[in-house]
Amino acid sequence: MIASQEQWVRFTPRQRLVRFSWYFGIVAALVFSARNVEIIPEFLYDAPEQVADLVSRMWPVAWDYYPTSVHAVMIETLHIATLGTIITILLAVPVGFLAARNITRSTTLNYLAKLILVSSRSVNSMVWALLFVAVFGPGAMAGTMAIAFRSIGFVGKLLAEALEEAHPGPIEALQAAGAPWISTVTKGYWPQIQPAFWSIALFRWDINVRESAVLGLVGAGGIGTALDASMSLFDWDRVAVILISIFTVVMLAEVVVTQLRKRII
Amino acid sequence: MHGLRTDTKVESGQNARSLVIRHLDKEYVRGVPVLRDINLEIAGQGMTAIIGPSGTGKSTLIRCINRLVEPTRGEILLDGQDLVKLHGKALREARRRVGMVFQEFNLVERLTVIENLLCGRLGYVHPFPAWLRRFPEQDVARAFELLEVVGLKEFAIQRADALSGGQRQRVGIARAVMQEPRILLADEPTSSLDPKTSVEIMELMTQLAGERGIPVVVNIHDVHLGRRFAQRIIGMSGGGIVFDGPPDELRDEHLKLIYGGENWLQ
Repeated sequence: MIASQEQWVRFTPRQRLVRFSWYFGIVAALVFSARNVEIIPEFLYDAPEQVADLVSRMWPVAWDYYPTSVHAVMIETLHIATLGTIITILLAVPVGFLAARNITRSTTLNYLAKLILVSSRSVNSMVWALLFVAVFGPGAMAGTMAIAFRSIGFVGKLLAEALEEAHPGPIEALQAAGAPWISTVTKGYWPQIQPAFWSIALFRWDINVRESAVLGLVGAGGIGTALDASMSLFDWDRVAVILISIFTVVMLAEVVVTQLRKRII
Repeated sequence: MHGLRTDTKVESGQNARSLVIRHLDKEYVRGVPVLRDINLEIAGQGMTAIIGPSGTGKSTLIRCINRLVEPTRGEILLDGQDLVKLHGKALREARRRVGMVFQEFNLVERLTVIENLLCGRLGYVHPFPAWLRRFPEQDVARAFELLEVVGLKEFAIQRADALSGGQRQRVGIARAVMQEPRILLADEPTSSLDPKTSVEIMELMTQLAGERGIPVVVNIHDVHLGRRFAQRIIGMSGGGIVFDGPPDELRDEHLKLIYGGENWLQ
């Protein structure tokens, strides 16, 4: 057959061996992990009953608990998320500029900025909250700072990427016109990254609303404080109203962010 | 050198509106020259077209003039001032006197057309009022005037990304003219445009520069277009100038020398 001479095989035998090894390794890791976590079958089997029990204890929901104790901490949660996001933006913008290689032409500064961004992201917001509770004492201040410091990495990294993706042509044109550096930023970079900037800020605020809801578990203010108290006292009907409130607010935040993004972009 | 023109020679760089390039070398990589010993004098008015094959350094030469590309050696005198020696504020002030038109237009897409024109004044306006969009009244008035000249008045408050290629290049030219430059550089201004629009763009540059007495240096790969509009053709090959003369002196043997081969001429 003539066709046999022109046979085409996607992978060489060597590539196939490598691919097979990968698959084998993944399956092996899965089996090993399943054994290692030592699932107790009895606990797994009665999980449905446990869930049913929990739900029955949550019912009827203690709606009257909302105005007296949940509303104020819910507002506090939103304040923590919003103020935290604003502080983050103020801190992340300079770091983002330092991290963008097309703007800061010093590898040392780029790496320094990236180190700041990675450190911020590598620490979970609960851990940041624990640290700030130790510094400022329990309360919304610690929560706000935890949100702010956790978000620098996220906002700064995405901002630096947006800056690096900015088209160099318009910048070159402004430089050729003799524009000072600040004007190339305000008239060249900013118009280009503006949609990305608002999108990043809104997205991070959305995440922060969710994150600030649990910070109270370590005493950093917000609705988590009420959740922690109710759970410790096994007031499941109150836990229910708190969870429903969190769910509603997160949904609303999502809707608000989606609507705003549509307007901006 | 073929057909060297002597009538436009300038004795020194002192003459107003003259650009003198002396012994300009550019190496992006050490020991690999892209431009070798360029000597050029652009004087008075009119259009000078630089032709040559891709990768021969036409763009590099033009970009060396306003230091978008850093020259390795040599002098570039504009009104007698050596641009190569300038740094910081002095360089920015010198760049104001050199207008530039780009192949890809390089407009700020998300800004309005009128604001793109005003960007040509950024070298003169302090960053803070510029940021607040408070440009001097006479700048705004001039921007509207120029917009009318280039036939885009009704597009003033539309975003630049709403324009077609030809319209964008008109804005690009108007932005460069807003600088009130002493010389206008154009780096392949018609390469992204269709033939009819290309001619219109060349006409517009000739008109605007002619009215203001600004010399134009244009990189162009379309020899016919260069011949039609320029009073002087500079042929480059291998990083050097191999022809310098008026269009009617440009013969097939020169084109062979510039581009190599000959089959394409038949």
